[in-house]
Amino acid sequence: MASNEEILAGLAEIVNEETGLAPESVELDKSFTEDLDIDSISMMTIVVNAEEKFGVRIPDEEVKNLKTVGDAVSFIAGAQA
Amino acid sequence: MSVPTLKQLPVNQHSRIIGLGAFRPDVIVTNDDVCQWIDSSDEWIRQRTGIVTRHRAAANVSVIDMAEGAAREALQQAGIEASQLGAVIVSTVTHPYATPSAAAALADRLGATPAPAFDISAACAGYCYGIAQADALVRAGTATYVLVVGAEKLSDVIDNHERTISFLLGDGAGAVVIGPSDTPGIGPSVWGSDGSKWDAIGMTRSMLDVRDLSIAARQSDESGDFALLEEVQDLWPTLRQDGQTVFRWAVWEMAKMAQQALEVAGITADDLAAFIPHQANMRIIDEMVKKLKLPESVTVARDIADAGNTSAASIPLATHRLLKENPELSGGLALQIGFGAGLVFGAQVIVLP
Repeated sequence: MASNEEILAGLAEIVNEETGLAPESVELDKSFTEDLDIDSISMMTIVVNAEEKFGVRIPDEEVKNLKTVGDAVSFIAGAQA
Repeated sequence: MSVPTLKQLPVNQHSRIIGLGAFRPDVIVTNDDVCQWIDSSDEWIRQRTGIVTRHRAAANVSVIDMAEGAAREALQQAGIEASQLGAVIVSTVTHPYATPSAAAALADRLGATPAPAFDISAACAGYCYGIAQADALVRAGTATYVLVVGAEKLSDVIDNHERTISFLLGDGAGAVVIGPSDTPGIGPSVWGSDGSKWDAIGMTRSMLDVRDLSIAARQSDESGDFALLEEVQDLWPTLRQDGQTVFRWAVWEMAKMAQQALEVAGITADDLAAFIPHQANMRIIDEMVKKLKLPESVTVARDIADAGNTSAASIPLATHRLLKENPELSGGLALQIGFGAGLVFGAQVIVLP
């Protein structure tokens, strides 16, 4: 099971692949839409890739609650537990 | 009492596409046109969808008219007469009659009567469903030649002011003739449905709702109570989708189905000349290409940029354009996959005509 740090690093890699954003700009307090300028389609791509990477299920209705990178890390950590 | 053994028709070992045709209606709708109706921009639409223009049909052009245009070209390329058709199949969700079918009228117009004719309601997977049917009919010996048409006039079922799907959609028709072949020309179909997502894409109301609301509105009009009239201003059913759910399903689940279509055909992505997915959204196409790890050598159909999403017509239209622009692809293998409202999907590997 991945630690929070590992989840953050993995997410940063996925975000970098989808958007080209530098992995170090993907920080816990960053908002996906406001700070990272990620649109809804990119968000779904990131979600799908995160599911595969971390072996978790992120339901559609949960996606809109994942406002910040930290929200996503917490959700994934919880879902893995 | 001895039961006589039933005689069976001689079967055909294989089938293939022997003719292809397209009809693109001539009204061009640009992103700037769309932005008169929704608060958006050319840049936003291009970035989210890859769509630059859509072709739409004029008011006096019907689904059957477009189907006929595509079918005549396909018959000509196949080098057969309409009278030789053993079945006429039209995949559509926009023929505006629950009955009779578009296919029966099309068969008559083409001169294919009395060929069996029927419509398939499988939305954006309709063309691949039609290919699955035609392949089975030809190989079973039920028909020698089968016409499959994907034809849609989606502009009749959109609401220009909503933003989930209408701005993506275009009109058009594509047709193929399937016939017997000495070598396999159509791989096994990977097709299916997931009705648990029935609500993900569909119409805003049923025909019964339209009936009941129009009756109620007429009564309220007669009684001088106009409140209901306001409510029924958007009486006509139009399409809606839950974009996020559909996007995720399309990218994630459909890439798996496309992979399966390769496997059951006994080939790998390296053997493909072309990938022709349903033209739903450029971003979906891009993601599928990544998930399938298609090599650079595979030509990817991206007709959506000019044509928009034409549902059942999108794959044959995209195939037609691909072959026009890259005639050397003829005879090569193409992976095609359709997916849409139902939810339903269908995929197969075909030999390009």
